[in-house]
Amino acid sequence: MHAITRQFRDFFVSLQLTVGLLILSLILVFAATLDQVNLGIWAVQEKYFRSFFVMWQAPNSDISLPIFPGGYFIGGLLLINLVAAHIYRFQMNWRKMGIQLTHAGLIFLLIGELVTGLMQKDSSMRMEEGQTRSYSESFRDYELALLDKTDAAFDEVVAVPEAVLADEGSVQHPRLPFQVKVKAYYGNATMQMGDPAGRPGAPVATQGVGARVQVIPLPLTYKPDELNQPAAFVEIITTEGTLGTWVVSPLVGMPQTFAYQGKNWELALRLKRHYLPFSLNLLQVTHDKYPGTEIPKNFASRVRLKDEAGHEDREVVIFMNNPLRHGGQTFYQYQMNAAGKMSAFQVVSNPGWLMPYIACILMGVGLTLQFCISLAGFIRKRAGTPAVASSV
Amino acid sequence: MKRLPLLFLVLGLVYLGSTLRPQANKTDFKLNDLNRVPVLVNGRIKPLDTVARTSLLTLQGRQRLVTPDGRSLTPAEWMADVLFAPGKADTYRCILIENHEVLDLLGVKTEDGDGGKRFSYDQLRLKLPELEKQARLADGVEAPLRTPFQKQVTTVRNRVILYLQLKTSVQMPDSTDFFTELDQFEKALPAGIAAVLAKQRNEPHNADAVKVMREMADRFSYMEQLAYLRLVPPAAGDPDPTNWRPVGSTLLDAFGSAKINPTVMEYARLGHAWRKGDAAEFNRITLSLHDELAKRFAPEMRKSDVEARFNAAQPFYSSMSLYVLAFLLAVASWLKWPQELSRAAFWLLTLAWIATTVGVFTRMWIEGRPPVTNLYSSALFVGWGAVLLCLFLAKFFRNGVGSVAGGLIGFGTLIIAHHLSLTGDTMEMMRAVLDSNFWLATHVVIITIGYSATFLAGFLALIYICRGVFTRTLDKATADALVRMVYGIVCFATLFSLVGTVLGGIWADQSWGRFWGWDPKENGALLIVIWNAVILHARWGGIVRARGLMVMAVFGNIVTSWSWFGTNMLGVGLHSYGFMDSAFYALIAFVASQLLFMVIALVPLEKWRSNTPAAA
Repeated sequence: MHAITRQFRDFFVSLQLTVGLLILSLILVFAATLDQVNLGIWAVQEKYFRSFFVMWQAPNSDISLPIFPGGYFIGGLLLINLVAAHIYRFQMNWRKMGIQLTHAGLIFLLIGELVTGLMQKDSSMRMEEGQTRSYSESFRDYELALLDKTDAAFDEVVAVPEAVLADEGSVQHPRLPFQVKVKAYYGNATMQMGDPAGRPGAPVATQGVGARVQVIPLPLTYKPDELNQPAAFVEIITTEGTLGTWVVSPLVGMPQTFAYQGKNWELALRLKRHYLPFSLNLLQVTHDKYPGTEIPKNFASRVRLKDEAGHEDREVVIFMNNPLRHGGQTFYQYQMNAAGKMSAFQVVSNPGWLMPYIACILMGVGLTLQFCISLAGFIRKRAGTPAVASSV
Repeated sequence: MKRLPLLFLVLGLVYLGSTLRPQANKTDFKLNDLNRVPVLVNGRIKPLDTVARTSLLTLQGRQRLVTPDGRSLTPAEWMADVLFAPGKADTYRCILIENHEVLDLLGVKTEDGDGGKRFSYDQLRLKLPELEKQARLADGVEAPLRTPFQKQVTTVRNRVILYLQLKTSVQMPDSTDFFTELDQFEKALPAGIAAVLAKQRNEPHNADAVKVMREMADRFSYMEQLAYLRLVPPAAGDPDPTNWRPVGSTLLDAFGSAKINPTVMEYARLGHAWRKGDAAEFNRITLSLHDELAKRFAPEMRKSDVEARFNAAQPFYSSMSLYVLAFLLAVASWLKWPQELSRAAFWLLTLAWIATTVGVFTRMWIEGRPPVTNLYSSALFVGWGAVLLCLFLAKFFRNGVGSVAGGLIGFGTLIIAHHLSLTGDTMEMMRAVLDSNFWLATHVVIITIGYSATFLAGFLALIYICRGVFTRTLDKATADALVRMVYGIVCFATLFSLVGTVLGGIWADQSWGRFWGWDPKENGALLIVIWNAVILHARWGGIVRARGLMVMAVFGNIVTSWSWFGTNMLGVGLHSYGFMDSAFYALIAFVASQLLFMVIALVPLEKWRSNTPAAA
């Protein structure tokens, strides 16, 4: 093998690299844990773990500098290091089988977490007793929904993702007979009664709620229990001219509608919805507490699961440590307001959910095997040397 | 001299045996029987003895109480006075106040307090509205952001409320003879109810009778508002066996049923007998209460009895003493009579471990849960696991090191556990997500063993460093043995902390929808796994030798204490169940001490007093 190639390979296979990377990961995890007090868990994950570098923003400027390797960098190198070691250094005899299995399990775990990081989708489903839902809502992402409500039996929805709105351009879609022009978009905003013209520089709404309120942009929040409430000014432009400008926001309580060419349309900026091929009907909400205390003993929701295709129609109880797995989605008991008869589920779709379980089994077996082999060797050695180390 | 180990063993056994003797009643009043009566508090059925002891710990940080006239009271006697003779109890100085500004607020001086910091309800009575006002202001500030004054003022207010709640559990505190009061009330009840109904129908009625009913209703409502102890068991036909009720609510029921609940009358009679000094009557009623409950609630009574005996035996305090003795004997064995002293130390360590085991298992049986359910029990279990490992080390290596480490860690963890017990009952009910015996028994136990092992490796390394730098006793054989011990324990720690962490991930997946969420507790566990892996890989790669191994193992103590306590102090994430801020300074001190030892170890090897080469 060429000398340079061999040097390269030796570097990636070396234990020194392993030790160095592990120490770096220790520092990264510790720093991230401390920063969670300021940023909240979700933002810290983005900054430290789902990145190649941890960026530092110079104060009063837009310049960001990488100051430390991030999760993908360290994790990626560790994966390469582990795989290279497997190929070049690990011997395939049964005495080392324990270590082989453990490291194989670790590789599986790292890949599984990568798959989860890229593919897991979290959403929530919130409803009151008696209600039925066949969609779940994103925790943080919004969409602009344009609903054709002409037919009483169903609505046709065109949903524009938040990211497209943030570009503040114009949106055109084959199923929309008009163009939607986003005149302004704010990631987080509040509304108050007032003359809309009173805010210089902002677009003026001519229709709907926006004609009576002022929109005030706010800084984005990262606190785990606070939600950003975006707002946008959208103008509906047809071939005959403009129909007007609306303000859309999740804070708008009433539906904003307009009619065009004999069809009734509604505009709403709402949490992004994921439609499911089945529905859940909340039958009963139970919140048990220990007698004489407020300590929760049990949270349980009884739901009726009904498939659109008619294959499933059964009652299921969802409670702590006991999720419902159906149709590639998993429903966890997330929040509850028993007095308001409201239950909220966390809906998770993660194709890689089995990988940590397999990895755990591999690692557990591997480590136990290795430990037993070492212990047996230790005991054998001690049995062979009776008068050893009784000194002081 | 050869009999020395046997002598220590016998003395240890006698000591432990003495703690198991049932407590003798100091007076004619059979308070031990009252102790065993079960009540429902904070969701759990427990003996009055536990209530007495944990209330005293919460109020003043210790169980011993001295009256103003110099008598020393047992928790049971104090409880009886609080319940039945509140006028006397108000003079006992049992409320702890440690902040000068709070003392000023309440108008008392340190000279007035017992030990300068314990005060009676009578001393504080006048300025209580002030305390309430200040505490309410402090309540508005988030707990981690409060100033020391705000923290202390809310703590003292909570202590006063606990005291008031206990006083109002059986009777109205200002009543001089509650039994007679209830007796007269019961006799007047039928006429009184008739009068109230007549008034409601706007018919002619006896206004005095209505007034009496109104007054009694107000008094019973007051009792119901302050309800804390649920003394009255469910009625015979009640389908819910956990429906124990406070005396106040039960008395209010009398307006509907025209009769007072018999258990409430029994407690009133009990109070009467206590105040009159009628021991025979008191004992008779206590026995009848006990038997009555035993008939209908046999399993709860049995657990209550055992728990009362457990409280009296205090196995963890006796283990603590034995651990200290074992530690001292083992260190002495390094100086003189190595064989005899180290064997004596080993026997005492074993006895102490057995006592801890009995304590841990009794708690498990009483709670019906695996051994680790909260921070307090995790401290007990970390010690238990580490000492078990030390027993194996002592058996295999026979050089006193196992006993030194075991004695020290056993004592240390029990002291930590004691400090964690000061906020109330340590056998708490599990919140909904933790309510899974399977995961408590697997993930939590395995990860706690991982903590034990990492701490043990760190303490063994401390022994290596101290003996090597400060004494001449670290010869090659001992150094070799210590290196093998630390290496072996680190391997063990890696296994358990990795498996424990992964199990935690699986539990989180079942419960919170994701295997790994990067929350502080999860990160802490990950740091332990990573650091143990770093030690092993550094050793295998020849990057460190004996001294480096020891320094890294000591750093493991820092990583583990961060994961165990530090992460709870951040208050972030789904794992924040155990919040305590006074431990912050203790944690900083511990970390600083470990860093100091690491620096000492890094002194050049020629400067070490023991001439052991590093390449051991």
